[in-house]
Amino acid sequence: MYDFNYHKPDTVADAVALFNAAEDAMYLAGGHTLIPAMKQRLRAPTDLIDLSAIQSLGEIQAKDGSLLIGSTVTHSQVAESEVVSAEAPVLAALASGIGDRQVRNRGTIGGSVANSDPAADYPAAVLGLGASIVTDRREIAADDFFQDMFETALADGELITAIRFPTTASAAYAKFPNPASRYATVGVLVAKTAGGVRVAITGAAASVFRATEMEQVLNDNFSVEALAEVRLASDDMNADIHAGAEYRAHLCGVMAARAVASI
Amino acid sequence: MSNELIGARVLRKEDNRFITGKGRYTDDINLAGQTYACFVRSPHAHANIKGFHISAAENAPGVVAVLTGLQVLEDGLGGLPCGWMLHSKDGSEMKQPMHPIMAGEKVNYAGEPVAVVIADTYEQAKNAVEQVAVDYEVLQAVVDTSSAAEQADIYPDIPANTCYNWELGDAEATSQGLAEAAHITRIELINNRLIPNAMEPRAAIADYNTGTEELILYTTSQNPHLARLIFTAFVQIAPEHKLRVIAPDVGGGFGSKIFVYSEETTISWASKKIGRPIKWTAERSESFLTDAHGRDHHTMAELALDEEGNFLALNVKTTANMGAYLSTFASAVPTYLYGTLLAGQYRTPSIYVEVDAVFTNTAPVDAYRGAGRPEATYVLERLVEKAASELAIDPAELRRRNFIGKDQFPYQTPVALEYDIGDYEASLDKALEMSDYAGFASRKDASQRAGKLRGIGLSCYIEACGLAPSALAGSLGAGVGLWESGEIRVNPTGSVTVLTGSHSHGQGHETTFAQLVSAKLGIPIDDIDVVHGDTGKMDFGLGTYGSRSLAVGGSALSRAADKVIAKGTKIAAHLLQTDAENIEFDAGEFKVIDSNEGKTIQEIAFAAYVNHDFPIDELEPGLTEKAFYDPVNFTYPAGTHICEVEIDPDTGVTEITKFTAVDDFGTLINPMIVEGQVHGGLVQGIGQALLENCVYDTEGQLVTGSYMDYCMPRADDVPSFDVGMTCTPCTHNPVGAKGCGEAGAIGSPPAVMNAVLNALGQTDMDMPATSEKVWQAIQNAAASN
Ligand SMILES: Cc1cc2nc3c(=O)[nH]c(=O)nc-3n(C[C@H](O)[C@H](O)[C@H](O)COP(=O)(O)OP(=O)(O)OC[C@H]3O[C@@H](n4cnc5c(N)ncnc54)[C@H](O)[C@@H]3O)c2cc1C
Repeated sequence: MYDFNYHKPDTVADAVALFNAAEDAMYLAGGHTLIPAMKQRLRAPTDLIDLSAIQSLGEIQAKDGSLLIGSTVTHSQVAESEVVSAEAPVLAALASGIGDRQVRNRGTIGGSVANSDPAADYPAAVLGLGASIVTDRREIAADDFFQDMFETALADGELITAIRFPTTASAAYAKFPNPASRYATVGVLVAKTAGGVRVAITGAAASVFRATEMEQVLNDNFSVEALAEVRLASDDMNADIHAGAEYRAHLCGVMAARAVASI
Repeated sequence: MSNELIGARVLRKEDNRFITGKGRYTDDINLAGQTYACFVRSPHAHANIKGFHISAAENAPGVVAVLTGLQVLEDGLGGLPCGWMLHSKDGSEMKQPMHPIMAGEKVNYAGEPVAVVIADTYEQAKNAVEQVAVDYEVLQAVVDTSSAAEQADIYPDIPANTCYNWELGDAEATSQGLAEAAHITRIELINNRLIPNAMEPRAAIADYNTGTEELILYTTSQNPHLARLIFTAFVQIAPEHKLRVIAPDVGGGFGSKIFVYSEETTISWASKKIGRPIKWTAERSESFLTDAHGRDHHTMAELALDEEGNFLALNVKTTANMGAYLSTFASAVPTYLYGTLLAGQYRTPSIYVEVDAVFTNTAPVDAYRGAGRPEATYVLERLVEKAASELAIDPAELRRRNFIGKDQFPYQTPVALEYDIGDYEASLDKALEMSDYAGFASRKDASQRAGKLRGIGLSCYIEACGLAPSALAGSLGAGVGLWESGEIRVNPTGSVTVLTGSHSHGQGHETTFAQLVSAKLGIPIDDIDVVHGDTGKMDFGLGTYGSRSLAVGGSALSRAADKVIAKGTKIAAHLLQTDAENIEFDAGEFKVIDSNEGKTIQEIAFAAYVNHDFPIDELEPGLTEKAFYDPVNFTYPAGTHICEVEIDPDTGVTEITKFTAVDDFGTLINPMIVEGQVHGGLVQGIGQALLENCVYDTEGQLVTGSYMDYCMPRADDVPSFDVGMTCTPCTHNPVGAKGCGEAGAIGSPPAVMNAVLNALGQTDMDMPATSEKVWQAIQNAAASN
């Protein structure tokens, strides 16, 4: 990797100020995506702003009917948190299925959501549960956040401080892992929310998306049988050596049914 | 050798250092003044080089030297040779393209080195590599194995991209057999290309001393002596007496570290130029691109059977991909390690096999765990299972009907080999019992009720290990004899240093060989250390591959131990003032027959070095003995693997619910180590069958260039294995051992595929049986019904 300046601020304000002052800065969370990209010289920031010393970003809190997970909270912390298991158990289950133990000990929810990898698991939860992304300057609804492959609504230098999830017991996530990378070939999160059923699918397309046909059917009749009538079109699905578009479209149905069955 | 140590589950002596982080791998070694190499690699699979622009890199910070393929040409360095000369059917020699250590004029696969930057730090070298510009004229790449011969020639002097058209067996008798058959089963198969993925990547340090003109090369090699020979005799880097090759702890090889590659050769040449040590450690992506790959066959085969299901003839036609150049043993793999194994465990009277080896613009392909024998087993066992299905005969029964009986040994096959011993029914029966073959139908019903598809598949494999009887190997084109050496030094105080020309890179030789020597000499195993991997310590050895180490290297040590006993007997006779005939050796003691007098081997060792009164004309001091063992035949491990799978028809995911392996490896020294070797081999075989696949695109770019896409098996992909043994000791070596390192990877792929196809009720599918492929097969079957 190329040389860079390293900063370790302890407040959000300092982090943002450092970002704005630098030529080409990047925030560093667990480094699990960023460091390999720098080693491969695909990324060459002039400045790295390490978020790990900012205490407030590492907290998990339940308040006012929502669950606030700080952006630098690791996957294993979510998986093992009693608060998460009580308020939104689906998140603990999802986090425990990310990568392997080493990955879960380093990777963070903020890094995952900011990165918006088309095959990442968390985006399905953020969109499927109707969460919102809290940043240093505003709060963005999940429906407006994920835009395209590795593209989000974050402005340059905007720092995710936390993700706000509604508390819920009626949600499930079913993942079909890519056998090589163990990211999601297809991951489907189904949730019964105050505003109706939400179905979010990751892995299948350029970015996480809501399967509105599935939502409609499930709103009328929340059952595996009802879901069986929906077949997603394969036109916009990803295709690679592990799974073609047809197969992915089919897996969306299978995983959605498994999620529904387990709620 | 009657000792409870033979067959004992002794814990591995080497594990203390490995599990406490005290192993010493090549990259752990750092020398004063060391520089670092980073290679400039071709981004294209096939291109002419029009020019190098290196001055920016030469002036980059920390850069010591930039060398290109043009300097390799100017220095007139020899190419990397292939050690096995094959001949085509018409008697002509195989075609061998010049394999320069770095390309100067033309590149033939993506990742091929064209230049090297040497700098004070690795980061500096890597930064400067980005400053090297190379002008390429891109050419059409040849990638596909089966059509390579019809595409434009890669090399002007190699027509039809063909290395050789080889044949073995009796074509006429085989077509006769096919003509007389009551039934012919035909199959077309691809044996998928694999990337080896040793845990430790290749690495090397070349240290040229301008004062002594000596070159020391530390390298991740399975056979350092062979590397030294090639460096000296072929590439002419340094004279042999000035060249020491050290292969310290090596973290896995699976064949890929047998070969001599561009990188360690280049830095050896460069170290002499700059007069400083140079280190190179492959990044994982370089391993994917440049470690010799394995397999990559396209095969059509037909098996002729009579009314009773007796095999009459087998006809096989294979195209094997060599990649862009001939790697060190590449030519032998799809021929002498493949065609000769096509008899399997069966009495098939006529066999004919043709192999066309082709060049493509892909990384070189060479021996990978099993090397040719997995490919042979795969063809045969898929074919036999398909025949059983077509004839509605139980697949175990069809195999049994055609087995070479245990009273028919030695058995001359129609494809050159003479099996010395075996008992194929014994391993089949044991495997059937351990796998509860009889209870399969009820398990299948239970799966069906749960909406799952259950299948069972067999594979009865044989392999040839213990490379190799030198005279035979030589007559078949081997460039070197394939004996092994062993030396036993009994030190004055009775501890023992064992030197072997074989090399351990995970196999546990330091334990197995110590057990063997301890059993022979009656010296405690803790007093015995095994030394390997250093041409400065052993004068010659052929290394470790082809499951040869114990059968050949262990036999050499067994012989050396016999010599130690013979010498000790003489010393004892001298000390005890009797004739050597009156001394007998047992369990570490030289005793005078019919008396209470005797000396321990430790006392004899001490006397051997501190004596004052040996009759020097008859008895020399010292207790060091060396032996060379040249096997008289190959060894023939064999066994039965049975795989049971359950398929989820909704997703196509295959789960292996049970895997039974029953193997006959002859005498076992350490069953724990043997089982570990079987487990590792099975995981690799299952990986090939279900997960692993090396994919190039049509331009010759490697698609599976990282673990994101190349699917390595993980612990949770495989079941807990049921491993059993039968034993017919090898008849022709003193240890009775046959070799166990590759059997797992040889026997398992067809067992898995046969089980998958059995579950689906189908007969055709290529590896790997990915979930998508299986799901698609289910869809296709449903659509055609
Ligand atoms: C081997 C491996 C396996 C994996 N398997 C899975 C899997 O199965 N499923 C899955 O979902 N993921 C998986 N991941 C991804 C991993 O879980 C991390 O979520 C992901 O790599 C992000 O890493 P990180 O949190 O360390 O962020 P970093 O790598 O530090 O940062 C990632 C990006 O986000 C930006 N960023 C980080 N924090 C913030 C913030 N607070 N505000 C704004 N921008 C920010 C960074 O600038 C950078 O661009 C895997 C990763 C690896 C290495």
